Amino acid sequence: MRKFVFAVSAALVVGLTTPIIVSATTPQEDLKAFRNYYYEKFPDVPKEDYINGIYSLNKDFREQWENQEEFPPYEEFIEKGEEMFNTPFANGKTYADCLPKGGIGTRAMYPHFDKESGTLKTLEEEINKCRKANGEKPLKYNKGPIANLTAYIAYTSRGEKFDTEIPNDERALALYEKGKKHWYMKRGQLNLSCADCHMYNSGMFARSDQLSPALGHLTHFPVYRLKWQGLGTPHRRFGGCNKQVRAAAYKPQSEEYKALEYFLTYMSKGLEANGPALRK
Amino acid sequence: MKIRLISTAASVAALLSVLASPAALSAGHGDMIAEGKKLAFDRKLGNCLSCHSIAGGQAAGNIGPPLIAMKARFPDKSKLRAQIYDSTANNPNSSMPPFGKHGILTDKQVDLVTEFIHSL
Ligand code: HEC
Ligand code: HEC
Repeated sequence: MRKFVFAVSAALVVGLTTPIIVSATTPQEDLKAFRNYYYEKFPDVPKEDYINGIYSLNKDFREQWENQEEFPPYEEFIEKGEEMFNTPFANGKTYADCLPKGGIGTRAMYPHFDKESGTLKTLEEEINKCRKANGEKPLKYNKGPIANLTAYIAYTSRGEKFDTEIPNDERALALYEKGKKHWYMKRGQLNLSCADCHMYNSGMFARSDQLSPALGHLTHFPVYRLKWQGLGTPHRRFGGCNKQVRAAAYKPQSEEYKALEYFLTYMSKGLEANGPALRK
Repeated sequence: MKIRLISTAASVAALLSVLASPAALSAGHGDMIAEGKKLAFDRKLGNCLSCHSIAGGQAAGNIGPPLIAMKARFPDKSKLRAQIYDSTANNPNSSMPPFGKHGILTDKQVDLVTEFIHSL
């Protein structure tokens, strides 16, 4: 089964003109190839600028965006998140008591593989675990209060670098492969993979939407989208991009999306956290 | 000519006889092109403009090549239909959705879109 997955993704990556190489690549090798793809495609984009999504490619869009960022619409949500963060639960405890390092400046730690449980930890899920442990109701995962909280935490983490590891542990590697497979697999009635839009056609226009490179895709979440008129978590965006091709969306915080988040964040290893950010 | 009698709601069988006819320049054919254009431009149906610039269409994308000079590109109309019906037959990695194979468009709609695209 594992072999098959490798074969499929290798075929999609290299395209049909080159022979299909049925061999496993390590995450380190994938990382190098993934980046070089964009570095070669967009030689003029400074490597650290990919955190700005489509604005790393398009000067006109960027100018508009920089103007909008002067009075960012997400600011009030950061404030709401800060207030939530500092308001004790009914039992007197706070988020700072149960999140690692008191929660502040920790956005770039997520997601990560937890050796003890053999699972992936995401910021959103850790927030809900903290709430449940303190007798509070869990929050909904796509938007709303949870995104306000993560916006505040992201804001306190600006400039921290993502240092995602894929440890040499069967379970971590399996999760990584699951995310990678989701990324390269064609899906939905429209038969498009994430890579079709954000790799092979990155920089191209679908109607008037220019497709962003996937390098740096998750550095700035939660994101404030003008289309949403609000914030959304990474898994909200995944669901939207799945539905765009008429595929069923997975549940936020499903293992599928956590694995996808793991894969994509690893691909952005070394880039700076810059959330929350504004997008169309 | 029989073709003149065919309404826009022609059956697939009748339509195929039109496609096979070299003298399909009747009023019926013009209607088919107009229908095909509507389908091709509709965001919920063909949405071809999402990826291709097409004469008469606004805000076109550029993921695929501009659809111009189609008769020269596709002297054989059935090859054009095949590309629209299932782009993956020719290129399994194609970024173009397989409109017929995946039921995004019905067989009849694929025929109409083919007529329109071939007229470009
Ligand atoms: C049909 C094309 C298409 C497909 C397929 C697609 N996307 Fe997108 N995606 C878009 C468009 C359009 C946008 C908005 C413009 C942009 O930033 O690229 C977007 C935006 C995003 C963003 C936000 C980028 C930012 O800077 O905030 C992420 C993350 C993303 N997509 C991930 C994915 C993932 C993961 C998949 C596969 C599950 C996927 N996309 C599949 C079209 C697509
Ligand atoms: C999501 C992108 C996308 C959409 C939507 C799309 N196409 Fe394409 N199309 C492509 C790409 C990319 C190619 C290049 C060849 C390939 O990869 O199959 C292509 C190639 C073609 C060609 C062959 C052009 C040539 O000169 O060889 C035709 C004809 C065509 N498309 C027609 C259509 C029609 C008609 C529609 C709508 C019903 C449509 N396409 C929708 C992406 C798209």
